[in-house]
Amino acid sequence: MHFAFTSEQAMIAETAASLFAEAAMSERTRAAMADGTGLDRALWAEFSGIGLAGVALPEVYGGAGLGMVELAILAEAAGRHVAAMPFIASSAMAASAIAAGGSEAQRAEWLPRLASGEAIGTLALGGADATIFDFVPHGAVADLFVVAAGDRLALVTRDCVTVAATVTMDQTRPLARVSLDAAKGEALPFSGDALAAAQAAGCVAIAADALGGAQACLDRTVGYARERIQFGRAIGSFQAVKHRLADMMVDIEQARSAVYWAACALDEGSADAAIAIHAAKAFATDTYSICAGAMIQLHGGIGFTWEHDAHLFFKRARADRTLLGTPEWHREQIARLIGLESIAA
Amino acid sequence: MKLGFSEAEEAFRAEAAAWLDAALSGPFADVRGVTSLVEQSDRRREWERHLGAARWSCVGWPSAYGGRDASLAEQVIFAEEYARAGGPARLNHVGIELAGPTILAFGTEAQKARFLPAIAAGEEIWCQGYSEPNAGSDLANIRTRAWRDGTDWVVEGQKVWTSLAQFSDWIFAIVRTGEGTVGPKGLSFLLVPIDQPGVTVRHIHQMTGEAEFNETFFDGARTDAGNILGEPGDGWKVGMALLGLERGVSTLGQQMGFRNELDAVIDAARANGTAADPRIRQRIAQAEIGLRLMRYGALRMLTATEDGTASPAALTYKIQWATWRQSLGELAMDVLGQAGEVAEGSDYAFPLLPNLFLYSRADTIYGGTNEIQRNIIAERALGLPREPRGNA
Repeated sequence: MHFAFTSEQAMIAETAASLFAEAAMSERTRAAMADGTGLDRALWAEFSGIGLAGVALPEVYGGAGLGMVELAILAEAAGRHVAAMPFIASSAMAASAIAAGGSEAQRAEWLPRLASGEAIGTLALGGADATIFDFVPHGAVADLFVVAAGDRLALVTRDCVTVAATVTMDQTRPLARVSLDAAKGEALPFSGDALAAAQAAGCVAIAADALGGAQACLDRTVGYARERIQFGRAIGSFQAVKHRLADMMVDIEQARSAVYWAACALDEGSADAAIAIHAAKAFATDTYSICAGAMIQLHGGIGFTWEHDAHLFFKRARADRTLLGTPEWHREQIARLIGLESIAA
Repeated sequence: MKLGFSEAEEAFRAEAAAWLDAALSGPFADVRGVTSLVEQSDRRREWERHLGAARWSCVGWPSAYGGRDASLAEQVIFAEEYARAGGPARLNHVGIELAGPTILAFGTEAQKARFLPAIAAGEEIWCQGYSEPNAGSDLANIRTRAWRDGTDWVVEGQKVWTSLAQFSDWIFAIVRTGEGTVGPKGLSFLLVPIDQPGVTVRHIHQMTGEAEFNETFFDGARTDAGNILGEPGDGWKVGMALLGLERGVSTLGQQMGFRNELDAVIDAARANGTAADPRIRQRIAQAEIGLRLMRYGALRMLTATEDGTASPAALTYKIQWATWRQSLGELAMDVLGQAGEVAEGSDYAFPLLPNLFLYSRADTIYGGTNEIQRNIIAERALGLPREPRGNA
């Protein structure tokens, strides 16, 4: 038991932090928002170029051969900068599905391309007979769709679908409507494993994104509260402000425990992995919403402007809450897992 | 980053579990599962001695002082197994978790040899003398005075909220030894025997109906000149370092008590049908999440301690658990409904969950109120401006 980063993990965190600090600044993110893609291609190329897009994929497929802890480290770093790139859709969800449930041929064909960033994947979720899939993250820029119609999963390439981009509240991760054309694509032989892996890795990555975002909200708001003078003193000296910031930190530190507990539990195959994933997804995204809301409030009027970055966090917090299940849904799963019988519908 | 334990550590777990089960199903079956801090104190004192004789009392301490030199992982495992076995609330938890580690950190060789083995053996029970009527949140405003008289310190004043003083042999107290000093300067950290004419302990009845806290009066109390930790004037430094120790391995044991409380809420909800209410289900799930995150937060803090790295997150632990437990008390009453408001017998004494509802109002006060915790987090972890002081 050693619940802290190894030196290698700390190095990955530092590498990602400096990459995003230099390549994911606000103006770059805003450019990717403005063109409707939510994709900073130069950032994605740089990120993939140093092997980070395939962080959790086996080395034989061009991945780094690491695990969920490293995936979470990268998602957290991306979240801190509200980076505009399809790490969650492609690296966490699509790649995990294919790695866990694809045939050898499917893995050999697609994983190296996803790991190198040359192809972007995403996950489309719908009912058993669905042919139209709403709310597909980064769907408009994806080359490959892991389509889940109920519990049957298939790989569908871009040329076999019709994609309608939407104007999405969170412009760093636009949602698309994907319609299957006649072709249904290629079934994944182990659909159950694929879906479970995509949801587990997806939830951990979203929770980590939320953790990074919440931490950025706190850091930036603390910085502002120390500089902004009203009534002749820094507003951070008022308890009404101080205490709200302290409460943000209390929640964020719990969210940090949750994210890395879930990542470790998955990597180590712990019995409580399912509870850990639901806990991380629910708690971290709740925390992000609270912190992003508080960021706007404590910045006052400037926090409500388009020019200030507060709304980027606020909107991504909302998207992190709803992608792959709301906090309420995840808490209900926990209720069932800890022995509260399910309610008769 | 790893949460699992090694084979050797699991072997330690098996050894601890076997010993605990034998003791608690045999000679100490009567105290198995006792959660109250005050009930069956005589038997729980014998239990402390039993643990000490088998060197299971303070496993993390050096073997020279009655411990086992246990690694951090082993200490975590022991805390888990102790709770799993239904070990009773430790009568000497203040000695084991606060006095002992502080003496280890600041004591002279002579002090360590004098006090630590007696704590580990369960022979001397300790309590803590920090708060005073005029030094609550503003702890540095301590008025209890001490001065040298020959080879003794003489102590004059009053402490309040001293838990378990009625069972204790020793009290460690922050007192003012610097004539005319104010605030954190001029304080000293003294170790004072309780069983003497100059010390009077008076119960305080709490809103639960129990009396776990006390007022402790010093009226010409004496302690040997050697019973000071650090130098005269170091009291604040030593006393604050101790507060950091409150967030050690013992938090895991505390969490096991919380586990029992949450399980009781879940059982009650299943028994009376409130488990079907989606709002109750959400709150129970949220409580479950909070409890689990406490455990992993504690493992992060402990790992940081072992690595010798700073852990600002540790500053958030007190407000986290206190707030969680108070919410659990409210949830418990919402699950129980009016049945929770009626005592079982003719005494003003409530069972576990209604008692939790009442008792947990103290959790967000003692050991630094939630408001003080927020100031500490904001100032020490976030670097926000210090709270201005008045002149009164």
